[in-house]
Amino acid sequence: MLRVEKLNKVFATGGDKVFALQDINMTVDPQEFAAIVGPSGCGKTTLLRMAAGLETPTTGKITLNNRAISGPGADRGMVFQAYTLFPWLTVEDNVAFGPRQCGVPETEVKSIVDHYLNVTGLTRFRKLYPKALSGGMKQRVAIARALANTPEILLMDEPFGALDAQTRVVMQELLLRVWEEDQKTVLFITHDIDEAIFLADTIHVMTRQPGTIRKTFKVPLSRPRDHSILLTPDFIALKKEIVELIWTESMQAAEEA
Amino acid sequence: MESNSKSWSDLIRLQPRAYMAMSIVIIIGFWCLLSFGRWVNPIYLPSPWAVMKAFVSLQEEGVLVPYTLISLYRVLAGFLVAAALAIPLGIVMATSKRAEAFFEPFIDFVRYLPVTALIPLMILYFGIEDFEKIAVIFVGTFFQLVLMVKDTVSGVPGELLNAAYTLGTRGTAVYTRVLLPASMPGIMDNLRICMGWAWTYLVVAELVAANSGLGFLILRSQRFLQTDRIFAGLLVIGILGVLTDYLFKALSKMLFPWYERLGN
Repeated sequence: MLRVEKLNKVFATGGDKVFALQDINMTVDPQEFAAIVGPSGCGKTTLLRMAAGLETPTTGKITLNNRAISGPGADRGMVFQAYTLFPWLTVEDNVAFGPRQCGVPETEVKSIVDHYLNVTGLTRFRKLYPKALSGGMKQRVAIARALANTPEILLMDEPFGALDAQTRVVMQELLLRVWEEDQKTVLFITHDIDEAIFLADTIHVMTRQPGTIRKTFKVPLSRPRDHSILLTPDFIALKKEIVELIWTESMQAAEEA
Repeated sequence: MESNSKSWSDLIRLQPRAYMAMSIVIIIGFWCLLSFGRWVNPIYLPSPWAVMKAFVSLQEEGVLVPYTLISLYRVLAGFLVAAALAIPLGIVMATSKRAEAFFEPFIDFVRYLPVTALIPLMILYFGIEDFEKIAVIFVGTFFQLVLMVKDTVSGVPGELLNAAYTLGTRGTAVYTRVLLPASMPGIMDNLRICMGWAWTYLVVAELVAANSGLGFLILRSQRFLQTDRIFAGLLVIGILGVLTDYLFKALSKMLFPWYERLGN
């Protein structure tokens, strides 16, 4: 279980202090797919990076299965918004990177790689270098690479943010299929409300300045899901609620500014 | 479809070569025109034919190949020692603020000293043998190369390192598995550029207090107004330069097939 307690993050720029995150409290249960939705600048990426150990909180703490997080580690896999495949490694070697770093025997590495290439539909492309792949394919490899390390939690920072609408839909369905099979704990950051509802069990809505979690919603949609649920009344009702929450907050912020 | 795209790629591949041939033909043609046409006094511009004869007589005197080899030896020795020290130091400086602060003042200071101004000192310290020539090339290239390597390694995207950290990369593996492979193509380019400077400093070194080598050949020929021999010396240096450059590029392509370069 990922637990965030009384977390604050203050950036000092020059003489000014910017309160990026204020009093964040949240948990992600084992095998839960949690999403954080919020406008850009609300600190959602900062929060995720702190969970990954790439940034440190000003006060408060984050624990994963009761161990305090003090730096990046293989127990928390991450998929970045930017393309971060190692360009000098082929698709299969990218996926094998984590297990090899962690000292997994080579025969086992091969079966892990075969498995995740298969689940993500990349088997045909295993010998290619990243430069030959489209954006969607690169993110597929990034997901396979993170999963191959069998992390306790998968942290995803708007992984489909740079993709076109059609590819996004395909990737969302692919992620759900992989997740339904693996039942990993996932913390997924997005600014796309549809994406959050479609994927997640729980949605934390964040608002900005200071970044706080405004409200947490349970998604009442059954699994397995496909894109036909985007037009169901439950989906639309939840979307309406979240949109209105973010909208009123944004209007308030605009008036105060 | 397949054959169509193939013939297109053939055309595209052929075109730059055609331009290359064109450029060589134009330069040689211009040279022929100026010299055979007697537009320029042969003391300033010998004809291609005279230069060819100079090559033959240099060969008969038994200096062409030995001088080329000795120059090649000096360049490679100075360059390789510079590279062997500059690459690790550049990587360390790129990854450690303390190392950077410690080394940078001295490196920047020496980097801005013209190597030619150091030659009298070098002769005083190291004499006039090969060692001094190699030292000149080393000093001329090492300090530039360190900073170029540092910049290349600093240019590795931070998110690539972060990705590696989240996959469990630690300690020396950060260098061997991420930083080094990520910056190898850039370092190769740094080396290629540096090789050009190495040749420049070689000739500078051989112009002063030398009794062998291509620079020495050029200087001695100038004393006797043997412009054809000067040209022969220049041609050898130029051709060796083109060949090393080509070698570096070919090596880069072979070793780093994954590398994305503008225009490829």
